[in-house]
Amino acid sequence: MTGVLLQVDDLAVEFDTPKGPLRAVRGVSFQVGEGETLAIVGESGSGKSVTAHTLMGLVPLRARIVSGRVTIEGRDVTGLSDKEWRELRGERIAMIFQDPLSALNPSLTVGYQIAEMFRRHRRLGRKESRRLAVGLMEQVGIPDAERRLDDHPHRFSGGMRQRVMIAIALALDPRLLIADEPTTALDVTVQAQILRLLRQRQRADRLGMIIISHDLGVVARAADRVAVMYAGRIVETGTVAEVYERPAHPYTLGLMRAVPTPRDGGAPLEAIDGQPPDLLAPPDGCAFHPRCPFARDKCREVDPEQHELGPRRASACHFAEEVMTGVHTGHG
Amino acid sequence: MSTPVMDEPILELDDLVTSYRLTRGIGRSGGEVRAVAGVSLTVRAGETVGLVGESGCGKSTVARTIVGLVRPSSGRVLFEGRDLSTLPAQEMRLLRQDIQLIFQDPYASLNPRMTVAALLKEPWRIHRGLVPRERWDEEVRSLLDRVGLRAEHADRYPHQFSGGQRQRIAIARALAVRPRLIVCDESVSALDVSVRAQILNLLKDLQRDLGVAYLFISHDLGVVRHICDRVAVMYLGKIVEVGSKDSVYRHPSHPYTQALLSAAPSLDDWRDDERREIVLGGDVPSPLSPPSGCRFRTRCWQAQDRCREEEPALIERDTDHPVACHFPAPS
Amino acid sequence: MTAVRTTPGRSGGPAPVLRRLAALPLRAHLAIGTVLVFAVAGLLGPLIKPYDSARTSPPDRLLPPGARLSDGAVAWLGTDQVGQDILAEVLAGMRTSLTVALVTVLVGGSVGLFLGLVAGYFGGWADGIISRVGDIQLAFPSLLLAILLAGVLGPSMVNVIIALAVTRWVIFARVVRGSAIAVRDREFVDSARVMGASHGRILLHYILPSCLPPLLVAATVQVGLTMVAEASLSFLGLGVPSSQASWGSTIAEGRDYLASAWWIAAVPGAALALVVVSIGILGDLLRDTSDPMTEL
Ligand SMILES: Nc1ncnc2c1ncn2[C@@H]1O[C@H](COP(=O)(O)OP(=O)(O)O)[C@@H](O)[C@H]1O
Ligand SMILES: Nc1ncnc2c1ncn2[C@@H]1O[C@H](COP(=O)(O)OP(=O)(O)O)[C@@H](O)[C@H]1O
Ligand code: SF4
Ligand SMILES: [Mg+2]
Ligand SMILES: [Mg+2]
Repeated sequence: MTGVLLQVDDLAVEFDTPKGPLRAVRGVSFQVGEGETLAIVGESGSGKSVTAHTLMGLVPLRARIVSGRVTIEGRDVTGLSDKEWRELRGERIAMIFQDPLSALNPSLTVGYQIAEMFRRHRRLGRKESRRLAVGLMEQVGIPDAERRLDDHPHRFSGGMRQRVMIAIALALDPRLLIADEPTTALDVTVQAQILRLLRQRQRADRLGMIIISHDLGVVARAADRVAVMYAGRIVETGTVAEVYERPAHPYTLGLMRAVPTPRDGGAPLEAIDGQPPDLLAPPDGCAFHPRCPFARDKCREVDPEQHELGPRRASACHFAEEVMTGVHTGHG
Repeated sequence: MSTPVMDEPILELDDLVTSYRLTRGIGRSGGEVRAVAGVSLTVRAGETVGLVGESGCGKSTVARTIVGLVRPSSGRVLFEGRDLSTLPAQEMRLLRQDIQLIFQDPYASLNPRMTVAALLKEPWRIHRGLVPRERWDEEVRSLLDRVGLRAEHADRYPHQFSGGQRQRIAIARALAVRPRLIVCDESVSALDVSVRAQILNLLKDLQRDLGVAYLFISHDLGVVRHICDRVAVMYLGKIVEVGSKDSVYRHPSHPYTQALLSAAPSLDDWRDDERREIVLGGDVPSPLSPPSGCRFRTRCWQAQDRCREEEPALIERDTDHPVACHFPAPS
Repeated sequence: MTAVRTTPGRSGGPAPVLRRLAALPLRAHLAIGTVLVFAVAGLLGPLIKPYDSARTSPPDRLLPPGARLSDGAVAWLGTDQVGQDILAEVLAGMRTSLTVALVTVLVGGSVGLFLGLVAGYFGGWADGIISRVGDIQLAFPSLLLAILLAGVLGPSMVNVIIALAVTRWVIFARVVRGSAIAVRDREFVDSARVMGASHGRILLHYILPSCLPPLLVAATVQVGLTMVAEASLSFLGLGVPSSQASWGSTIAEGRDYLASAWWIAAVPGAALALVVVSIGILGDLLRDTSDPMTEL
């Protein structure tokens, strides 16, 4: 890996809720290098979006960073002021969201919203900004860009709106792009278009990219590396090939087996029993132990550390090696 | 696994057309959307038929027409050979027991003011005599047990459950009338992977034990492949291909089916990075003004002049695997 | 009927209601207090301090508040031009006002509820007719309509109620129609249809409960406004017959003595203002605190 673009160390984020403090992100660490796509995958409520927003300096309302450090291109951004964040966002790090319609201003034309990036950050004139906007729209595959510039967001289909969002995100040549469930609201064929577009742009510009998804298939298609999140922690990391071929955490293994594949021949799926824990009262020890077929006494008492399994490959399970080698103890 | 009687059709859709009238402002008519534009499909007792397609292609409208929430503009819905649209209201209401619908969002489809017990007893209040009153409590417990909930859940309200549990309640409620066919409209789409697997397993168990048939509507091709015996692919209000699971997934013949299968992400996608991927251009046209000829031609890489002029019929070639395309891939 | 029977209780129940009541702002407590005092006064006042419209007492005419009457009693709120105790008159007026307002809202509310349900749930031509009639009526100033009706029907409490109820049903019908439309296409209603539930059952068990909270808010506000309308009719001599006390007619009588005996008009006027504002605050409060679950 050449230059590290993003380094996250032991990040923890807590919400103040009427029922007490809720730790949504509990000690998360990872890196993203130049030209590398990291997928963060996990079920809803596992802390993916909170992590992503925190990286963008958008700590949600009633939440605070309890601990940890975020470094973007070698610069510690943990204590930045609002003004400093505004300069960083768009220029160095950008984000796209699941629902492009609510992320776009409905009362302004799409062209205006793209061109605004150049006017505000680059202090370019109106004409020049519009010219650049047309170029960007063509780059992200919006047909007939010149004419569509003056249309409002609601005139665009879901897929086209997401392209507009990508154009805005990429306008200022950021180094790092965070995509939070960018295709979840889209149809399969349109999802394929958007994933291909993201991959193309990412390769062409050697972007660092974080793609957040709950869909293991999307991750397999879009990412180089993967971090699996469960109940606010990263439980496993590695390259997609490493993790998909030999999962080293029971949760990852469970997720893989819960997805229907052409090979299962319709046989019953191995569902993970139970539900994710209540983050207001997470279980002692390993947060996964109540659902884990590998769990033993140790799991109920000691929260597992990250076990290094190789270069940039780790699992937060006491029995990672056992899981990897496929010695399945079964339930009980 | 394979079920008792799997031959006689219980549901037949015969050239079904369902339109929505659009209103523009007060009283003025803004035309019609033909959301379902001539669909024929058969579901046999005890089998699972998948209906896949992208959003807006008319899947939910098919479901809503079958259960009688909307009226077809033309065509017929036959349940065990009887045309539902010509049945007198009283018989229609009785027949309602035999066909149930499970929605995508179990929270929206369960009355938030009712406890689980009340929700499950509601059908017995409606269809008196179905279950004698003195057996209601017992029956509620057995239904809850059947779908993997506990007896003490009976007194709680829907909002006190997680998404997966709510879907279990919705399933229990559908089972309360002992239906012969359950239409599942994206019933597992809102669930997380691990919970989705639980519900899919439950649906399969119920089918094995009770012999109920499913019309399983989903946009997720992987899930459909897992649970269905036969699959129908829909595009813009029409079925473009239908056949047994194996024939459709192994030998997709319609270009749209091929594109859909190629676009669907799978766990194995990381293996071949430069795999032959069909990425369709553009978007689905509006059902308000569908293209002439073949509805898919505006996005089809096989399209020729004939596709513009002539609408391809859903015809069987040599196999039990009809395709609506002038130039289908050889199977 | 053995084994477990734990009731985890939904968000609500009696204890939370009390706790929520305690957490209300001061103006809410004042408003609730005022309304309660007026209601009790209207209910019991005339029993303690009876009012007889036929009685006159020339020596006690136009006495200021606090003056001693010829029979030795104290007129805390003064007397009017025929020597009646204003306090007794206002208490009796309170009862009239409350009766008219409550019955009007009950009648208008029931009609509005029924027509609103029909219009909202069934839609189509029924909705067309009900909504158009409502629109036409709303285009016409409601007080004018009430005056017209009351004038035609003649002065009596029943006629006042009829006249006012005719002007009010539209408001209730609109509120109910709106809520009915909002729930009509909700999935849980569809799922009842799929179960085979009849229209009556769906209306009663699924649509109605969602319409009640907004209807309750509207009804509260309308009680206040109906009191004003009743007073206006009585002020114009089109309200309850002169044998019954009404704030409106007392104010009308006091109009001629504004300079010499301001209290005749001022006391019922202030009572009206106070109770209407309090009811208005109560209505706002109901709207703000109505349980989000009940809005479904
Ligand atoms: N505004 C909030 N207030 C309280 N808790 C929140 C809030 N937003 C998110 N959470 C909690 O934080 C956890 C992580 O949420 P999120 O990052 O959105 O999950 P994901 O994106 O993985 O679905 C969830 O369990 C959720 O309950
Ligand atoms: N109530 C309605 N009124 C008007 N048009 C509708 C209505 N419901 C659905 N449609 C239209 O009908 C088409 C099919 O919708 P639907 O059956 O919901 O598709 P799917 O379930 O496949 O996503 C869409 O174009 C949609 O916009
Ligand atoms: S630490 Fe224990 S409970 Fe946690 S995942 Fe590993 S085996 Fe399971
Ligand atoms: Mg999220
Ligand atoms: Mg649908």
